[in-house]
Amino acid sequence: MARAWLFGDDLDTDQIVPGRYAPFMVGQDKFHLYAFCDARPGFAKEVQPGDLLVGGENFGCGSSREYAVAALKKLGLGGVVAKSFARIFFRNCVNLGIPAVESADAAALVRDGDEVTLDLAAGVLLTPRGDARLRALPDFAREILNAGGVVAYLRAHGDFPATG
Amino acid sequence: MPKTLAEKILSRVAARDAKAGDLVIAPVSRVMVHDSVIDAVIAGLRDLGKERVWDTTKVAVFVDHAAPAPTPVVADSHRVLREWVRAQGIATFYDAGEGVCHQIMVEEGYCEPGTVIVGSDSHSNSYGAVGAFGAGMGATDVAVALALGRTWLRVPESIKVTFTGRPRRGVTMKDAIMRVVREIGTDGARYACVEFHGAGSLPQGDRITLAGMTTEMGAKAGIVVGTPEAPDWLFPDTGATYANEVTIDLSTLEPQIAIPPRVDQVVDVSAAIGQPVDVVFLGSCTNGRLADMHQAAAVLRGRRVAPEVRLEVVPSSRRQLEDAMADGTLLALSAAGAVIGSSGCGPCLGRTGGVLAGQEICFSTANRNYRGRMGSPDASIFLGSPYVAAVAALTGVIDDPRPYLEASDAEFDALVARRRAERPGRGAASARSGEHSRELALAWVRRGPIAEIDD
Repeated sequence: MARAWLFGDDLDTDQIVPGRYAPFMVGQDKFHLYAFCDARPGFAKEVQPGDLLVGGENFGCGSSREYAVAALKKLGLGGVVAKSFARIFFRNCVNLGIPAVESADAAALVRDGDEVTLDLAAGVLLTPRGDARLRALPDFAREILNAGGVVAYLRAHGDFPATG
Repeated sequence: MPKTLAEKILSRVAARDAKAGDLVIAPVSRVMVHDSVIDAVIAGLRDLGKERVWDTTKVAVFVDHAAPAPTPVVADSHRVLREWVRAQGIATFYDAGEGVCHQIMVEEGYCEPGTVIVGSDSHSNSYGAVGAFGAGMGATDVAVALALGRTWLRVPESIKVTFTGRPRRGVTMKDAIMRVVREIGTDGARYACVEFHGAGSLPQGDRITLAGMTTEMGAKAGIVVGTPEAPDWLFPDTGATYANEVTIDLSTLEPQIAIPPRVDQVVDVSAAIGQPVDVVFLGSCTNGRLADMHQAAAVLRGRRVAPEVRLEVVPSSRRQLEDAMADGTLLALSAAGAVIGSSGCGPCLGRTGGVLAGQEICFSTANRNYRGRMGSPDASIFLGSPYVAAVAALTGVIDDPRPYLEASDAEFDALVARRRAERPGRGAASARSGEHSRELALAWVRRGPIAEIDD
């Protein structure tokens, strides 16, 4: 079980980690403590390993800053479920080994603070108000995620997964 | 099957018949890295077990996002970057003050048309200004591209944007692209390539404005068709399939304003007239070029910005800075009361220069107005063209720039006086030092090298 943190449409990466708290502004050991500091004060203190973000359309739009995802990883986030993802944010999640999964109905079913379970194998997010179906990840992304990220994948295999 | 520009480029570089939806492994012609993410890029390379980049001649490194360094922590990061550049033997390195990565990448010819370029900045779409498939990526993707010289891409669907007619005086291609964002929305081009038709013969700077802003619609790339730099094969086939088509008639276009905190919350300027501002920023990869400074100077030359307003001008590269110095534009802007920043990203992303306080209202020529983007999360950012920026600096409120450009001196002064009188009391009136620079600027005008302003 994990807590769901609910966000709306078009959540931009400046909300996840504002530019003024970039790792090279505040240090590699501190930037994750500013996750959602403006958009959801208290998040970095309260979030528990395995918690999930649930969002609407175009999740993670804006700046390419991978440190937005790196901050979530440092905080132990278990995954992100959204109606759709901004392209760079999706790549960054896959590359760093955080599941980023599309779901048409999760955002409507989930209330902020719900206890939820992400079951990637079954393709569902279990919520107090029923199961939200997850869209299957492309094989290419799934292989990288299963390896724990693109660095781990490349170290193990020497090259990208087959493009089919 | 007829191909879009994106399909053509990715088919060519991946050496296979690629169509929208296919996954391809694409060799890259160049990788762009900037200071903001260098630590993560170096760590990524190390974690990959790669000591060297795949080709030192195809890597370009920039110190522009927080430059010159505003704090000791940033300065240390820049030092690490310089040591890495030296150790790797990377020849293409631009240190603090040389300018914004995207401006230099395009104007110094590092973007080969018809190739794939990976950049560590989301506005790497800008390289489509000269027909390159530029895609912004995160630090680990950049590290992988640096290690392998290749990246993976899903071949994007394309959205065809066609411009017809010519904009009226006082209306710019910034207004045109904001009109497109208004039409398509911040996610309307998600994962797609925006293909611009009817823009190939525009000045290179206008094409950078167009291509770079496709990022604000979620696009993977934005490419201008028919540029002078493009090789013969680089055109979309007749009958290519588009996910969406948008046509903008430039001849009826009004100046456009983006209302905070969304880039796609765009209105005609008439709906924003009278909105007070405290700070005006002219700069960024979107609008920090000589032509943009010319547009501002067309409004501000020989005048002073409103006493309660701060105007910050940050040329997008040293070339733009020096061109604006050489023709007197910077002197005219300084004489008007502008702060001139060193070339770089400046305050666009709230790390250096004039960051915003809570409750402050900024008018910016850059590309994002997210909450907290330029400093305090309680500041507000309006976006628009350099003409509107100059009028906002002069009057302290947003206004339609066109009447000012057509007015006699007496009419102009009356317009300014009326708007200043209407502005609610905000900030404090600053004395402006530098009557000396006004005299110099006037002397320069009398000598005549800058009488003609090309807008």
